[in-house]
Amino acid sequence: MLDKADGHIFTGNVRLVHAVGMHARPAVKLTKLAKKFQAQISVRVAGAAEWINAKSVVKIMAMRAAHGSTIEIKASGSDAEAAVAALVDLIATDFPDEAS
Amino acid sequence: MQGGATGLAFRGRTASIGFAHGPFVRVDAGTSGERVAGSLVEEALALRGAIDVASGQIAELAAIAGGEAAQILEFQVALLEDEDFIEAIFASIGEGKAADVAWRSALDTQIADYNSAEDEYLKARSSDLADLRDRVINVLRGGEGQTPRIPSGAVVCADDLPPSRFLEIDWSGGGGLALLRGSPTSHVAMLARARGIPMVVQLGAIPGVGATALLDGESATLELDPGAEQVRVFEKRRESHRKSRASARAILRRPTASWRGERIKLFINIQRVDDLEHADAQYADGIGLMRTEFLLTSGLPDEETQFQAYDAVLRWADRRPVTIRTFDAGGDKPVPGFTMDGEANPFLGVRGLRLCLARPDIFTVQLRALARAAVRGNLKVMFPMVTSADELEAGRKLFAEIVQRLQADGIAAMLPELGIMVEVPAAALAIASFKASFFSIGSNDLAQYALACDRSNGALAPLMDPLHPALLELIARTAEHGRRAGISVSLCGDMASDPRFIPALLNCGLRELSVNASALAQIKQTIDRLSSGGGLG
Repeated sequence: MLDKADGHIFTGNVRLVHAVGMHARPAVKLTKLAKKFQAQISVRVAGAAEWINAKSVVKIMAMRAAHGSTIEIKASGSDAEAAVAALVDLIATDFPDEAS
Repeated sequence: MQGGATGLAFRGRTASIGFAHGPFVRVDAGTSGERVAGSLVEEALALRGAIDVASGQIAELAAIAGGEAAQILEFQVALLEDEDFIEAIFASIGEGKAADVAWRSALDTQIADYNSAEDEYLKARSSDLADLRDRVINVLRGGEGQTPRIPSGAVVCADDLPPSRFLEIDWSGGGGLALLRGSPTSHVAMLARARGIPMVVQLGAIPGVGATALLDGESATLELDPGAEQVRVFEKRRESHRKSRASARAILRRPTASWRGERIKLFINIQRVDDLEHADAQYADGIGLMRTEFLLTSGLPDEETQFQAYDAVLRWADRRPVTIRTFDAGGDKPVPGFTMDGEANPFLGVRGLRLCLARPDIFTVQLRALARAAVRGNLKVMFPMVTSADELEAGRKLFAEIVQRLQADGIAAMLPELGIMVEVPAAALAIASFKASFFSIGSNDLAQYALACDRSNGALAPLMDPLHPALLELIARTAEHGRRAGISVSLCGDMASDPRFIPALLNCGLRELSVNASALAQIKQTIDRLSSGGGLG
């Protein structure tokens, strides 16, 4: 990925353990969490051509990420590192209900 | 309603069990009326305003409904707050489209996309989007909450019904939902089940308009303008359902089933991880059969994908036993790239454990995942379609080597208890030759092989008698061997989920049964009745 001059790009990988894949409830939780950060956050299913805005529920749903797929996350901006860590944790812990 | 006359009857699919008898109300969501578009700025403001009003309405509904309904509506709210999505709509207004046209076209694109998904769950989400589309358009057209009044206890009929419309209807007086399309996995079906509102979907075309209707969620039927006799029969079904459901639910909560003083363990069969979401699953003594063929639906799964699925079930089960069956492909379950092509008689061909032993490349991946999962809970592994003791030993040898290799690499793994499915008559007859830790009788295949009847051939249905003495003899021999040798024996075929066969199975000596989650309450109740000397009721 191209490094921007205005800051580091932080990245993370996490396996989607949710039994039914990236469906409505996980997608809503993911975008809600992403919106708490200033950083620009993008995600994609590992190997996909296009990066997707992690704050758009429509686009997250359209990824059709299946159970067991690996999600790549990248973020840039002031709180990018924390954002990546938080999203990795959310997905790795299977979108727990108290994550609000 | 004329006494004696027979009204129209339709059959669909069950989405929520229950009974409703009441006025018949069609609520087709006709978004009628045209709207005159204003300037670009006016249109943008109109849409912004409509989105705000719709957000408010949904938030209000969510607050009233709470719980699961609120979570469902959250998806709609998230959509309205999706800037990427909304900005694109404003952009097309900027290009001269009217607010309602731009909104509708964006939503329709999404809906078409979801409808084309293969996944039934995703398909069902399209009704949530249609709900949101119509709500915003309704506001844009100046109509607010102009929903027709629905009388209490009505059988509501629609093409499909969005969740927010379901929540706007007053269900406190009962009633039911009859959908011409719809899906049992839709959000509205989840809401109906949670509220105990009977619901039947996929009724197809209903030509007639009726005054009253009978909706039976159990047999998935809708009867319009029923005659007196239809009503009498319906009310009888409703009453017996009510009684048996109430007592079955109460029995479900009791810790164990017992018969003649002996404990009867009741496990559940699952096809996939989501089956654990069934409300009754928690009352099971464990998982008696987890099929793993679902993992083969989209190509051959890697080790990690498998491990995650097994681990999820073990975590759910906590300390309760979980019996996972290795891939049972072949027969009527062909898998591209795995099963043999061109077998003249696949049911007598290379299937089950035979196939896995022939394809160690694929089997090894599954055994690695199972060996790693074994340290995470009370795992038992069973091989399907075993004919001779040598096959079990070959599987065990491969499994043990895999465990050793994992441990040598510093990966936590262990060899779980190994058992076999008893579904080949030869295995039942030579049961003592198997050094298995447990046996699970697959009565569907055992019946097909013992009776020489293809179970999918409807012409042979009268011969496919699960109570055939030969089949009961094979079951009893297996149970008797288990009793003498101190090895657990269960039965996980369809017989166990059918109350009519329970007395015979208990009399054969079986003390462990594995049933579908939806049958758990009924089977527990059946055992309870038999135990207290009653009949099947």
